[in-house]
Amino acid sequence: MSGHDRGSPYAPHTPAETEAMLDALDVDSEADLFDIPDAVAFDGDFGIEARDERSIRREVRRRLDRNDDLVEFLGRDHYDHYVPSLVDHLADRQEFLTSYTQYQPEIAQGFLQALFEYQSMLVELTGLGVANCSVYDAATALGEAATLAARVRDADGQRVLVPEHMRAEKRSVLENYTAGVDLSVETYPMADGAVDTEALAEAVDEETLLVYAESPTVRGVIEEHLGDIGALAEDHDALFCLGSDPVALAMLERPADVGADVVVGDAATLGLGTAYGMGIGLFVTREEYLRQVPGRLVGAGEDDSGRRAYTLTLQTREQHIRRERATSNICTNQAWVALRTAMHAAMLGPDGLVELAEDSIRRARDAADRLDDISGVRAPVHDRHQFREFVAHTDQPAGAVVDDLAAAGYAVHRVGEHLIQVCVTETNADELDGLVAAVEEVAQ
Amino acid sequence: MNYSQARWSEDDRYEPLLSEKGNREVAVDEDGLLPDDLTRDTVELPALEEPELARHYTRLSQMNYGVESGPFPLGSCTMKYNPKFTEDLAALPSAAVHPDRDEGTVQGLLGVMHGLQDYLARIGGMDAVTLQPPAGAAGEFAGVLVAKAYHEHNGDQRSEIVIPDSAHGTNFASAAMAGFDVVELPSAEDGRVDLDALESAVSEETAALMLTNPNTLGLFERDIEAIAEIVHDAGGLLYYDGANLNALLGQARPGDMGFDIMHYNVHKTFATPHGGGGPGAGPVGVVSELAPFLPAPRVRKTEGETVERFDPEHTIGKVHGFEGNWLVLLKTYAYIARLGDDGLADASAKAVLNANYLAEQIDYEVPFGPFHHEFVASAGEQDAADVAKRMLDYGVHPPTTKWPEIVDEALMTEPTEVETTRSLDQLAEAFNAVAGEDDETLESAPSETAARRIDQVAAARSPRLSWQALDEE
Ligand SMILES: Cc1ncc(COP(=O)(O)O)c(C=O)c1O
Repeated sequence: MSGHDRGSPYAPHTPAETEAMLDALDVDSEADLFDIPDAVAFDGDFGIEARDERSIRREVRRRLDRNDDLVEFLGRDHYDHYVPSLVDHLADRQEFLTSYTQYQPEIAQGFLQALFEYQSMLVELTGLGVANCSVYDAATALGEAATLAARVRDADGQRVLVPEHMRAEKRSVLENYTAGVDLSVETYPMADGAVDTEALAEAVDEETLLVYAESPTVRGVIEEHLGDIGALAEDHDALFCLGSDPVALAMLERPADVGADVVVGDAATLGLGTAYGMGIGLFVTREEYLRQVPGRLVGAGEDDSGRRAYTLTLQTREQHIRRERATSNICTNQAWVALRTAMHAAMLGPDGLVELAEDSIRRARDAADRLDDISGVRAPVHDRHQFREFVAHTDQPAGAVVDDLAAAGYAVHRVGEHLIQVCVTETNADELDGLVAAVEEVAQ
Repeated sequence: MNYSQARWSEDDRYEPLLSEKGNREVAVDEDGLLPDDLTRDTVELPALEEPELARHYTRLSQMNYGVESGPFPLGSCTMKYNPKFTEDLAALPSAAVHPDRDEGTVQGLLGVMHGLQDYLARIGGMDAVTLQPPAGAAGEFAGVLVAKAYHEHNGDQRSEIVIPDSAHGTNFASAAMAGFDVVELPSAEDGRVDLDALESAVSEETAALMLTNPNTLGLFERDIEAIAEIVHDAGGLLYYDGANLNALLGQARPGDMGFDIMHYNVHKTFATPHGGGGPGAGPVGVVSELAPFLPAPRVRKTEGETVERFDPEHTIGKVHGFEGNWLVLLKTYAYIARLGDDGLADASAKAVLNANYLAEQIDYEVPFGPFHHEFVASAGEQDAADVAKRMLDYGVHPPTTKWPEIVDEALMTEPTEVETTRSLDQLAEAFNAVAGEDDETLESAPSETAARRIDQVAAARSPRLSWQALDEE
């Protein structure tokens, strides 16, 4: 290290250099460069002790080791798929990891191309024409979809209809995002885990701006009547927003074919794995709404040598130009996660991705069958096709079952008095025998 | 500095797209796991093997410029060196836990979150902190919603947010998203808040003033006490945009200046990498009176020294579907612990020293001062955007251009503390070389980057946003 032992290890100045720079500025000390009135200057300290790398690594490792080592069978909008090593190694190259928004596209072609490829993959998966290069997460993507609906829909209308089964947290974000445009978020009922299309038909009216549905749902149910939902929305001149994820989209009906106007969800289902809820909002919509899309878009153009090159485009939608009339306030987004998603999808290829989707059906089905064989357990509770996860009924109170399973080393969700939810992917499938045995123990 | 970025090209394009290297269309669900009408027929995506992909992404990375490539004085973005060891922490398997885990089983993670809430509160002089917002703008949105909820709780309907004309676009957009009308405050001659203008802008409709300090010109709002008094007397709150906190660490705290709400741009001030545009994190700190309105959940210590989640009494609810960008927050914690009091103060001292030293070395005029961690030079007769393009040829990332608009042909420059005297001198040489060049040279730049000058106007006129769109041509 350089000749200083105090101060920031990432400020490389030697004392001699600092002196020389101060001399060049004709001041005695750095303090002379600050123009802060005494009354508001800070002369205390934070009481934060500087530590070396090794001791911080030890502390954080020790702390995180206090997390119980449970095998997670958890999903409900945050999934753990195996991320190939290539993703870490290549996404961590500093040219990607430490760069930023491509304000100078000529020197940032690599990232722009990767984002263009990400957008293209989502266009293929959804059948819709325009994917942006990320918003924060699935919940904020849904919020953005609702405000987009408020901008593009001609008729007056305040109602955003959302399904009975969805994460309360996601709904709360939606309510906050729509606060500025005064929308009212209302629930429509589900029947046996899927959209009750008759009830939805009752609920939709001319005041409806947006109908939201998920497939798979938060309970892993594959919706069977997406086309009907899309038609209902269209009949009332409302937008249809579909929540999904890139794995499910590789197999289920194409959103474009069921009348979806916007697709939202967590794209980090590929690329990130379990990260305590960190993800990336995928946002895809029809070309006709292009000028109302939130966030950054990468487009292809040409450079002075006549070659195809990439650049951020249609920036007049964005906050740095349009300010309070921007389509969204988003600036910093989740671009690096989008890079990882694209890398992971590319590593799987079409065969691998489709296989992963098919396995997500097999695994949920097989695990449900096995739990269903246990007396005191009924699975899945919904008579539906399931994707990755499913809800099971337990004769014992679900709270006790979940606690007992945790004591045995397994984490599952509690979703009702007697309902648990179990999610199986390739990362925990090997532990399924253990989970089944534990459920046998605790659920009788 | 001589520089030439790697350039992989083939005919009339650079590195071919993944799709051009080999797409394959495959049939879906041939085993009939689902009824036909519930599945799509085919999927067509790139089908390449790992060695090809490794080469693809390596080449793309070579056509991209990061903080380790060279100086990155992109004003307002605080492009610091991102320490390596924090990446190792984020990669720990024990950091990879699901957000729905019972709090009793994730005490380690919650302990880190609690520790970070505490660090940030101390650094900002705030009483309570939420870590949930996933970026600075999301922090603004959360903070403005907190202000709204607070006023409404007091039976006070306030419809306006006051924002100086020099503020970042997100301030305006966040206020509007929360349903407020924006009142734009013209800057005074000296580039700071005009107290008279502020007096006439505030009223019983004022919910808050959003202020960046030092502002986007790098100037400290010396009248901050008077500003706070004017806003508070009108019943409004004072919001601190923390994008420029790297100027003030250990020197001044927003809480001591009278700010009621602030966000921290941890991907700027605390050096977490925000590859290609993000992720970041935008924690929000507030004074105790506003703590009950913060997003849910927060974490706190119990008497038994365990950490629990809790919902603040009058919470605004959620601004992220889970609890924010956890991996970014973990890196933030480690960075702050690495620097400690002295390191944080030194970071700001050196950031301010570097900005002043660099400004002294360059030929462009800097109309406003004294500035702190960044300065806004004027390209004068030259076009700032052209200056930026030409600077690329000297192996440096250029400043932010044409903003703030108070400065003609603005070159907003923030070298950060990580540059040495030597690299600052090289950066100054790049500025000065460009300052002496004619328009023709500038307009034909860059030539040393992977791509030559890109026609962004044409790209926007006929948007092609996917390889499918290219194929349609
Ligand atoms: C002054 C200022 N305020 C707010 C923001 C918004 O922060 P973020 O990009 O993290 O959303 C930025 C930066 O991008 C900024 O420079």
